[in-house]
Amino acid sequence: MNATVLSSTTAPAARPVRRCRWCDTLDAWLPKLVVAPTFVCSLVFVYGYILWTAVLSLTPSRLLPNYEFAGLVQYEALFDNERWWQALSNLAVFGGGFIVICLAVGLLLAVLLDQKIRAEGFIRSIYLYPMALSFIVTGTAWKWILNPEFGIEKLVHDWGFTSFTFDWLIDPEWSIYTVIVAAVWQSSGFVMALFLAGLRGIDDSIIKAAQVDGASMPTIYRRIIIPSLRPVFFSSFMILAHIAVKSFDLVMALTNGGPGFSSDLPATFMYSFAFTRNQIGLGAASAMMMLMIVVAVVVPFMYSEMRRSRHG
Amino acid sequence: MADMSVAHTAGASKLGRFIIYGLLALVCLYYLMPLFVMLSTSLKSLDEIRAGNLLSLPGEFRTDAWVKAWDSACTGVQCGGLKGFFWNSVSFVVPAVVISTMIGAFNGYALTMYRFRGSDLVFGMLMIGCFIPFQVVLLPMAQTLGALGIANSTLGLVFVHVVYGAAFTTLFFRNYYVTIPDELVKAAKIDGAGFLRIFFSIILPLSVPIIVVSVIWQFTQVWNDFLFGVVFSSGDRQPITVALNNLVNTSTGVKEYNVDMAAAIIAALPTLLVYIVAGKYFVRGLTAGAVKG
Repeated sequence: MNATVLSSTTAPAARPVRRCRWCDTLDAWLPKLVVAPTFVCSLVFVYGYILWTAVLSLTPSRLLPNYEFAGLVQYEALFDNERWWQALSNLAVFGGGFIVICLAVGLLLAVLLDQKIRAEGFIRSIYLYPMALSFIVTGTAWKWILNPEFGIEKLVHDWGFTSFTFDWLIDPEWSIYTVIVAAVWQSSGFVMALFLAGLRGIDDSIIKAAQVDGASMPTIYRRIIIPSLRPVFFSSFMILAHIAVKSFDLVMALTNGGPGFSSDLPATFMYSFAFTRNQIGLGAASAMMMLMIVVAVVVPFMYSEMRRSRHG
Repeated sequence: MADMSVAHTAGASKLGRFIIYGLLALVCLYYLMPLFVMLSTSLKSLDEIRAGNLLSLPGEFRTDAWVKAWDSACTGVQCGGLKGFFWNSVSFVVPAVVISTMIGAFNGYALTMYRFRGSDLVFGMLMIGCFIPFQVVLLPMAQTLGALGIANSTLGLVFVHVVYGAAFTTLFFRNYYVTIPDELVKAAKIDGAGFLRIFFSIILPLSVPIIVVSVIWQFTQVWNDFLFGVVFSSGDRQPITVALNNLVNTSTGVKEYNVDMAAAIIAALPTLLVYIVAGKYFVRGLTAGAVKG
């Protein structure tokens, strides 16, 4: 208050300011007015549309939306659908493999890179460049590398191991694992960057103290450094789980869900039913299930983040 | 005795360093391998591809595959190469990036420097938009774009990318503006500067790094997007990612792997260039959402 009084006597002298009551009112409202369009957009296009999709999932809509209430028919149909179960079990296999391998590779690379490496920046940028690519490009490249005729199989044959076979891409049992291979290639460098940032944030004095106490480097890593990376593990897990649930492009480019529907994921299932098979109701139901999977993963994360920021 | 053990550990650590560098170099090769394979395959003839293997080098540098990918390869029923689709992508990516970054800057500014009752709630609500799987908005959005008559148009794609990108850009700017000391804005307010004046003459000049981060992030996201492209556009209006996927999966005649690879590199080139030029900012954008606070 004092400051305002003081400055209102000095400031106008230095710089004449034209004031009007109307301008002040406008100025008070401007911040809200600026945020309002985005807020309304979010209200309509995020929350409203989720509600709309929820409504669609309770209708018998097929080619066109039809707003007759049909109860949970679509959800019953969804969970009677063999292809949906395949998509869910693929999500479990893909998500599990993708997350675990990315975390392991990311942590290992971060620890290796944290040993005062020369050319660290250069190496880091090589590990990270796949993140700049589209999943479609990644899928196209790996589809060629894993090609059962000309890809890795041929390479190993040329090296002299002629009995080697590698046909995961066309093997219904193994096709989902090719998606893991490509997805890990694309995303593990990102996890490395997160872990590296975490490692750089650790207080050196704790490590020095442990060294003075005679602890060996592996012990220090196991007992002090890795446990203190807990928050990084947590946020990496959330991001990777999120990528896994949303994975769509990579499957479309790499296997197109095939052979058959052996590498379908919920996202490709949803696309296929909602937009190519004209089953809008079923597509909406599968989208709602995807949302619930994400909520089940993200809500605990948000909750803990909020608690952390409130306490910190 | 003491000297011995020092010499011993020095030798061991030298070996250790050697192993670490060896491992790091091997992993580098692993990450670079697909890029190398794409590039060398794109420069080979089909005969060379059949005769050689993934790692064999092209005998002579041929650019036929590149020319074909750009100019005449078939993407479904059309056979005009990727060129049209490349410019499609440019035409909606540029406005989408510019508009969503501007919106993010204003929102971030208003939500940090002019906190009002409920501003944290508004921010929290916007953030949820970053987390939803977009499948849950696709069907209503398709209906809306159809009703507005902007389905399958540049405008429609710009609209969709701005609406769902603004949450991310707001997050970037807000997290950046939180670090700017309040006193700066308070002093300007006391001097009688208004909301817009403070933004343009004080905040905006300080925002260059975060603008770069936001532009790069949005550019990469929107250029690489496939989901919105494949759902909300068709025919010759599709973005390059969709066209690339069509090109690779068009099964007429002989499969031309060299053309596929050239096409993939063409689609990747803009974001790859951005990464090479401004990788530092790209990484900052990636980690900004992840390790905030």
